[in-house]
Amino acid sequence: MRRIGIWIAVGGLLLGTAACGGGSGSGTGGSGAPKSASLSVGFVAEPANLDFTSTEGAAIPQALLVNVYEGLVKLSQDGEIQPLLAEKWDVSDDRTTYTFTLRKGVTFSDGAPFTADDVVFSLGRVKTDWKLKIKSQFDVVDKVEKKDDSTVVVTLKQPSNGFLYAMATRLGAMFSRTGVSDLANKPVGTGPYVLGAWRRGDSIRLEANARYWGTKPAVPSVTLKYFKDATAMNNALLTGGIDVISAVQAPESLQQFSDPNRFQVIEGTTNGEVVLSMNNARPPFSDKKARQAVRYAIDHKALLDTAWAGRGQLIGSMVPPTDPWYEDRTGDYPYDPAKAKELLGGKTYTVKMRIPNLPYAVASAQVVKSQLAQVGITADIEPLEFPARWLDVVFKQGDYDLSIINHIEPRDMGIFADKSYYFHYDNPQFGKLLASADSGTEQQQTDDLKQAAKLLSDDAAADWLFLFPNLIVAKKGVTGLPKNAIAESFDFTGLAKQ
Amino acid sequence: MILYLLKRLAVLAASIAAAGVAVFAFMALLPGDPAEVALGVNATPEAVAALRTQFGTDRPAAAQFLDWFGGLAGGDFGVSYVTSSPVGPQIGDRLGVTAVLVLGGMAVALLIAVPLGTFAAVHHRNPLGAAISAASQAGIAVPAFLAGILLVYVFAVKAQALPSGGYVPLADDPAEWLRGLVLPWLSLGLVQGAVLTRYVRSAVLDVMREDYLRTARAKGRGALGALWRHGLRNASVPVVTVLGLQLATLLVGAVVVERVFVIPGLGDLLLNGVAARDLLLVQGVVMVLVAAVLLINFVVDVTYHLLDPRLR
Repeated sequence: MRRIGIWIAVGGLLLGTAACGGGSGSGTGGSGAPKSASLSVGFVAEPANLDFTSTEGAAIPQALLVNVYEGLVKLSQDGEIQPLLAEKWDVSDDRTTYTFTLRKGVTFSDGAPFTADDVVFSLGRVKTDWKLKIKSQFDVVDKVEKKDDSTVVVTLKQPSNGFLYAMATRLGAMFSRTGVSDLANKPVGTGPYVLGAWRRGDSIRLEANARYWGTKPAVPSVTLKYFKDATAMNNALLTGGIDVISAVQAPESLQQFSDPNRFQVIEGTTNGEVVLSMNNARPPFSDKKARQAVRYAIDHKALLDTAWAGRGQLIGSMVPPTDPWYEDRTGDYPYDPAKAKELLGGKTYTVKMRIPNLPYAVASAQVVKSQLAQVGITADIEPLEFPARWLDVVFKQGDYDLSIINHIEPRDMGIFADKSYYFHYDNPQFGKLLASADSGTEQQQTDDLKQAAKLLSDDAAADWLFLFPNLIVAKKGVTGLPKNAIAESFDFTGLAKQ
Repeated sequence: MILYLLKRLAVLAASIAAAGVAVFAFMALLPGDPAEVALGVNATPEAVAALRTQFGTDRPAAAQFLDWFGGLAGGDFGVSYVTSSPVGPQIGDRLGVTAVLVLGGMAVALLIAVPLGTFAAVHHRNPLGAAISAASQAGIAVPAFLAGILLVYVFAVKAQALPSGGYVPLADDPAEWLRGLVLPWLSLGLVQGAVLTRYVRSAVLDVMREDYLRTARAKGRGALGALWRHGLRNASVPVVTVLGLQLATLLVGAVVVERVFVIPGLGDLLLNGVAARDLLLVQGVVMVLVAAVLLINFVVDVTYHLLDPRLR
């Protein structure tokens, strides 16, 4: 399984929201409505730099992918893969050869034409120049060849369902052969927007790309404003400083925006599973019974209501509802403290719950602690500074019993297949299911992954507290906002303001 | 005077050098590896090791320190690992913003404290003077960020009269620049003004009891006239000391106020730098702050000499 990498999530923090698809529709949003010259959208995390080939952080693809950089394909709001710079693609019968037919008349923002050579160049750079671990998702690629100026053939080592999906992420972004000298500061792509100005610590302004090949965006100037403080972001919307809050930080603050004549609240889903991780490698949670006890001991509905104002969805395993293999697994471990006590055999434990100092984790930890106390598990909560301290203590050293973190990367069930990963879950059967899913047909993929999700749940590899909601607040009249945050980018191309 | 200046300058330089060692040592103690943080949860041990080599953080601490401090002496703050851009210009940009914030806050504080403090001293026996005293006492108890939050609620959210935050550069739009800074200045200045009022009041009270003031009155000057001519200069020595201390406090207060008002100043840069373990950036900012505080103390010391000839 290649998709082992995850971005650890700052939950709503890093991931604002995203939608490669623009299901709400490029073009449709603005039609008929008077065009507004500019819009500003509030975000929490500012990119450290603009180079997503060598720097982690969801904030970079969130701002640039689809908006500034485009790939051959993109992900729709319903999780479907759609054409973008490729007009179409054909897959050979043995499913190892992908032939992409490129769109003609596309130019990069620096004026260079986009051709098959750029595709070969960009996909080749993933192996040679990218520094992130996610590049291993392209290990399955054997070779990328130019057939003619508008045809590219990608040959895989073995069939892989994950390949085309990876092409819709930042890995598939197309770079100009003459535009990669200063990726950290000067992005050059084919997208509808170009970087206008970056005021570090404050905002990034995207301007319409005059050379864009497709429908010009309805809002020619979009400003991404960055706020460290959730209250400051809320105030900015209340006072007209911004038009949209990309991701609400604390659901209880939604009350301020309850006037429908001024604001609209949009709730969608994300890929973020808020996981109560249990250290499978050391007692007490090396014992499956103890892990199952934890799952029975937690009243998920009550937890969601208390910790996150009831916003979000209960899932029960590592699959968000927008994936084709989603099944509601919340019935596997219904709330049953008596059963939990029975599984623990009357013993009591004291465990370390080391959590990141992020709002959702802190709020959830309190509830988990009090619910576990009911069945005889005393959880000592220790909040660690995120990311540095948490990464070091929990993720790298594995010195924890329980933790809570929002795993936001799309289709990230594979992290459980790596037993060195901080869960230390070890069941060879699970790895086999993932491998067979990736190389099988689409139907087989769906069947296998359903089984894999069930296995995780049955083994109580972890507990899944809830699916992180995507909460957007916008001024009334702003349309074309991506409801679900299931791709890496926040798609501005469909935005419009009346 | 010249000898005194030279002595003070030597002390200043030595203090800055010592601060450099301390800052570097503290950064080394900060848990968390910059390479690990940069690569996040996707990191392989090999990638982390490679990035450490690229950053130069795998070298001995002494070599890293000499590199950094040597560059610093020549005005070069180094290139940030995280943003791949030079640290010096980043700090320069932010320093301008923070300086405007702090100096504006100080100006507000002085505009409040000098008239009110003097008034309270002159009228210390009647209710109005006592009321000012009490009000300043209450003002001291309010932290700057709380003042900021309250001001935003009243003037931005409720009255919609001023922006709730954000910073527009002076060159872009002077009017918006000013509008954006009013609330931050007030939230820094009101609290410091309250503190300063107490000092001005007691300093003025002290001078009012001096013989030379009575002599001046005896020669026929009015109460305020005598105070103006002979009192204020003497009263300002202790006030300047407090002012110096307050400037340092304001710099720290600005870190929080910048966050409340979304102002891209040094504080914001510092917090981001710490979170990303951008060590060169953090070291640079802390050094600039330390140097600023030392410089303020230096200026205060020199000011004593200008104000009070007896010290010369």
